[in-house]
Amino acid sequence: MAQQEAKFKVIGTRPIRHDGVDKVTGRAKYGADIDLPGLLHGKVLRSPHAHARIRSIDASAALALPGVKAVITSADLPDLPSGGAMMGELPMNPRHLSLNVMARDKVLYDGHAVAAVAATNPHIAEEALTLITVDYEVLPHVQNVMTAMQDDAPILLPELRTSGAEEKSDKETNVASQLRFARGDLEAGFAAADAVVEREFDTSMVHQGYIEPHNAVAQYNADGRSTIWVSTQGAFTARDQTAMILDIPSSSMKVVPAEIGGGFGGKISVYLEPLALVLSKKTGKPVKMVMSRGEVLRATGPTSGSHIKVKMGANKDGTITAAHIWMAYEAGAFPGAPVGAGCMTVLAPYDLENLQIDGFDVLVNKPKTAAYRAPGSSNSSFAGETVIDELAEKLGFDPLEFRRLNGAKEGTAQPAGPQFGRIGYLETLDAAQNSAHYQSPKPQASNGKKRGRGVASGFWFNAGFQSSATVNINSDGTANLVTGSTDIGGTRASCAMIAAEVLGLAAEDVHPVVADTESIGHTDMTGGSRVTFATGTAVYEAAQDVVTQLRERAAKLWKVEVKDVAFQDGVVSCLSDAKNEPMNLKELATKLPRTGGPVSGRAQVNPRGVGPAFATHVVDVEVDPETGKVDILRYTATQDVGRAIHPSYVEGQIQGAVAQGVGWGLNEEYFYDENGTLRNAGFLDYRMPTCLDLPMIETILVEVPNPGHPVGVRGVGEVPIIPPPAAVANALHNALGVRMQELPMSPGKITKAVLEQS
Amino acid sequence: MARKVHVQTTLNGEVTEFLCEPRQNLLEVLRDELGFTGSKEGCLTGDCGACSVILNGRPSCSCLVLGVEAEGQEITTVEGLADGDALHPLQQKFLEHAALQCGICTPGFLVTAKALLDRNPNPSEPEVRYALAGNLCRCTGYDKIVKAVLDAASVMQGR
Repeated sequence: MAQQEAKFKVIGTRPIRHDGVDKVTGRAKYGADIDLPGLLHGKVLRSPHAHARIRSIDASAALALPGVKAVITSADLPDLPSGGAMMGELPMNPRHLSLNVMARDKVLYDGHAVAAVAATNPHIAEEALTLITVDYEVLPHVQNVMTAMQDDAPILLPELRTSGAEEKSDKETNVASQLRFARGDLEAGFAAADAVVEREFDTSMVHQGYIEPHNAVAQYNADGRSTIWVSTQGAFTARDQTAMILDIPSSSMKVVPAEIGGGFGGKISVYLEPLALVLSKKTGKPVKMVMSRGEVLRATGPTSGSHIKVKMGANKDGTITAAHIWMAYEAGAFPGAPVGAGCMTVLAPYDLENLQIDGFDVLVNKPKTAAYRAPGSSNSSFAGETVIDELAEKLGFDPLEFRRLNGAKEGTAQPAGPQFGRIGYLETLDAAQNSAHYQSPKPQASNGKKRGRGVASGFWFNAGFQSSATVNINSDGTANLVTGSTDIGGTRASCAMIAAEVLGLAAEDVHPVVADTESIGHTDMTGGSRVTFATGTAVYEAAQDVVTQLRERAAKLWKVEVKDVAFQDGVVSCLSDAKNEPMNLKELATKLPRTGGPVSGRAQVNPRGVGPAFATHVVDVEVDPETGKVDILRYTATQDVGRAIHPSYVEGQIQGAVAQGVGWGLNEEYFYDENGTLRNAGFLDYRMPTCLDLPMIETILVEVPNPGHPVGVRGVGEVPIIPPPAAVANALHNALGVRMQELPMSPGKITKAVLEQS
Repeated sequence: MARKVHVQTTLNGEVTEFLCEPRQNLLEVLRDELGFTGSKEGCLTGDCGACSVILNGRPSCSCLVLGVEAEGQEITTVEGLADGDALHPLQQKFLEHAALQCGICTPGFLVTAKALLDRNPNPSEPEVRYALAGNLCRCTGYDKIVKAVLDAASVMQGR
């Protein structure tokens, strides 16, 4: 697409977001805020075991409790066959989806759902859970990927066979799939190296940590139609998964997206929706289900822990001559770790001749992992970017300069094969190099504490997928914008601003609405940093459709040809007859009824011109070598954002991702005991960064417009979570002289590394 | 089920009566009995601050207070911050600084920040960070929240 307008009137400004007042006054309705007459409350009974066979479930005592209206188990859900169904462009296994929502014969992790109750209030529902007796036969469990890959490991799914292996095997396994990217000659590459670094890494399972727990309110109607209100990243995605699990037509269901209190990838999979709907059908009443924080941590989808081996070599000129990376990711209880993305992204910032990357998707007795912001990439890049830092150090290069020497640019082949189009990786390195932060003197040690500086880069490919948009012109000349993309981080504002730019309106004169599944065309989930890119493309085209129609209406009024009507900055003017006075949208809107009726523009897209994102971060840390406590002193994040529609919300995406990445790097981990029970299922012990743990986070927005988007947008939300763990690890090395090989780099691990060094 | 208890409080300046079970916490009463859903449940253990209210001048996690304990107390929730149509300066500055993304933690931050500015109208950045450390936000990295609170303090000081 060629429309790279040089000057914008709305894009790049910072208007107040359209949903802002609702959110600062407490009026915005999130899923848990929904109330309906006769509402029942549902709760889920969860497995206390990591791996066990369910011998029997007795719910009679629970059903006898006054106020209890229904109890359901897997017997109330269809027993679906295993097999590859497609949901949009993504493969889905209906059986695995169903078994994760409600265990059938076996429970596969601590927290796995085994039964659900509906009662007149949530306290009675909770009491009822304690009255359900489940007879379990406890089985041996496995929670470490390396152990799970061994031949004698306990097996989670007996029917599972490895896909993607060179030799087909009929052996039972926990390895769901494997993949390899390879090119060049590794042996020759390592032989040509003047320095070789080889290290192994472990990273822990971590959670997205959105503040709003999962929720769902379902109402089943006697005519077979139903409505679900839910905080979800994708109303259509939630509808289609629920339909698949319950084996009912997706068109029989309307999903109304409530406001959503954070997702980061974790609110794409359904957990409660099918259960609430079955309970509603069974009781004839609307049923509301809201998870506790403990349930969110135990039983929704965190992201994978992993084991990663890296061997990399480079020569004296600073060229990386060979890279060999092996990674195994925890899938959780069902296949689907983001190991493919981990493999695709880890070396993508570099132009490499000789490489081999192997990835393994491994089942363990932990919750089924879900997407988490640039899924899989923070793990592998923590390993890759710390080894690159070590190589640069060994060969005497500045770490940014070393990256620049090997940096990917337009035409570079990615590890996965395809060549990059116009990308801005080198520009992020320049921005980091020239930043006030990097130009400042390195921080000096004081009071027995050590200080250091580190850098790291990251790559994320971003997503396209399907979106729909409708723009309706109001009689006062303003516009209503309807999309199906739930707004987590300000996409109502960015989409409205794109429409306003095209229509020549002020941002506040476009009113954005997120519609339910019956009020807008199919729209895939909010994820993959895709909304401002893909839904933004639909919005741009829908607004252009409006412009075309407005020109037609003016031509009709003026009795001239359409080609003689120009539209610029919200004003139609007649090119062929100066007597026809130009009209702005407000004037023209009053004339729509007698020129053919209302004007609506619409567009449906599945855009292919996705623009990848690169980021380079700089961090200064202070660490107490005696206690291992780390403080972040200063943080600067540079990123190629393509085009910042609303710069404040682009900065916000980056700052939030840095906070998550720092938490991942320093504090956050799933801690399981020897019985496979999660021991830190709460915000006190699953320690996320508070505002006392972070400094201001400086951002530098680099704009290398994406030629595949009408106004140059690249996705911005995911790539900034990739560099932080590695950047902090590199800064710790700079401060202490130790290489951290395990996430989180918690105080105990740092003091251990310091002691081992001396 | 235990019999419900009659409670009288002052909620956002209005005398308010409600009936609640002894086991219901104040957050549940506000949301489910009184319809004030601006206060949010994030953890129910007092670790996230999404349910923050001002109780007799002090920021408090309403999930850790029983409904019956509100007898005779003064409660301010996010719904009580604006003066009619006029937003509180904190609300206005949160909008101007883009200090919210998903918005679920926003009511708790606003209420906690108001309690801070009520007792310390001119806080330093470390004082703001210390006061807000009991409120978790997972979207913003806190940068714009801290700036919004400092800016609101400036405006309220007439600077």
